[in-house]
Amino acid sequence: MNLLGLYNYWIVIVLMMVGFYLVIARSNLLRKVIGLNIFQTSVFLLFISIGKISGGSAPILKDGVEIYSNPLPHVLILTAIVVGVATTALALALIVRIREAYATVDEDEIHVQDEEA
Amino acid sequence: MRRSPIVKEMSDLLIPAIVLFGLYVQFHGDFGPGGGFQAGVIVAAGVILYALVYGLPRTQRLLPPNAVRILTSLGLLLYAGVGFATIILGSEYLNYDALHADKIRAQHIGIILIEFGVGTTVAAVMISFFYAFAGRGRS
Amino acid sequence: MLLTLLATTAIGLVLLRSLFAAVMLTGMYSLLTASLFVLLDAVDVAFTEAAVGAGITTVLMLGTLSLLRVMPEHTEPRHGRLLPLAVVCLTGAALVYATFDMPRFGDPQAPAQQHVAPRYIEQSAAEVGLPNIVTSVLASYRGYDTLGEVAVIFTAGIGVMLLLGARRKE
Repeated sequence: MNLLGLYNYWIVIVLMMVGFYLVIARSNLLRKVIGLNIFQTSVFLLFISIGKISGGSAPILKDGVEIYSNPLPHVLILTAIVVGVATTALALALIVRIREAYATVDEDEIHVQDEEA
Repeated sequence: MRRSPIVKEMSDLLIPAIVLFGLYVQFHGDFGPGGGFQAGVIVAAGVILYALVYGLPRTQRLLPPNAVRILTSLGLLLYAGVGFATIILGSEYLNYDALHADKIRAQHIGIILIEFGVGTTVAAVMISFFYAFAGRGRS
Repeated sequence: MLLTLLATTAIGLVLLRSLFAAVMLTGMYSLLTASLFVLLDAVDVAFTEAAVGAGITTVLMLGTLSLLRVMPEHTEPRHGRLLPLAVVCLTGAALVYATFDMPRFGDPQAPAQQHVAPRYIEQSAAEVGLPNIVTSVLASYRGYDTLGEVAVIFTAGIGVMLLLGARRKE
């Protein structure tokens, strides 16, 4: 029973590791960005899970509601999501430029070309 | 570019609704879920849908990239400007209490102003992302 | 349960060969995350995630894909898959071990609920007067924070414009 309370965190860890794996094991840059995105969502999920209080409701004040979930993680993650898409766009733009310069988005091939140059 | 009439008719119906909903989210964020960040993204999604259906050149005639670029900085300037306005009115940076005699009302004014700044910047940045990626393909 | 579905989607993402399918799956993944946020009482966050993750990110990724003009992908990575897998499993195991010290999910006595959150919940109605506490904290209590975030978004916007050249003079 008590261990079931950790299930959320375990899923977060699984997601985090999936993202981590994509980043370190794949040489395609676009896949790495997808991996980073998954990693990022796992952190979002971690924060929101920490802020949840059992029996609580969404932090919008209303008469007759006593328990609210913690609004602070919501604020942090809300802004983080939008910042996340902005940085993702920056990463994608870099990938487009890399593709134009190297004619590939494969990390290994880029290394080979760099060594030859 | 050939467009399916179904796509065109549906997006004609949807785009005004999306933009209107974005504005609702922008100004109703104090009471229900919503706020500048969400509103900006929703409005940008409406513009992007328009660009996907009607093509980039037509969208850019309606909403020139230069205007988007100016909006990007205007939003941030509005936010930072509210901060300086509160200093000039004799309070700390971004302390809205100085904006109105009634403290609650002052908070409302400050929050609506900065949320509007947030919404402007976010929408403009998202649209400029799309312009940058879509514009690259055709040059 | 939604959480399990989410984890399955993520693992599916790793196994997918086609980049296009992977990008579409990230859209679905975001939508699942958004529904989870609703269950966890974070309606504002869910809203943002649904609009950003399922909308803008997918469009941007597809735009990038079309710019890259789908190249033949390396199916055989140069270094083996075993080493990264081992690293990932080890790190994961260490993290799982660390969770045993975490407060249980939904615990009202957890340290995270004790610090400034009660003040926001109890005082914001009197101090800011908005029903939505998230907006009060975002725009009023943590105004500096949000200003910084907007500046980051602005900077990223400038970066993309510089990289992809919003205006090209031939």
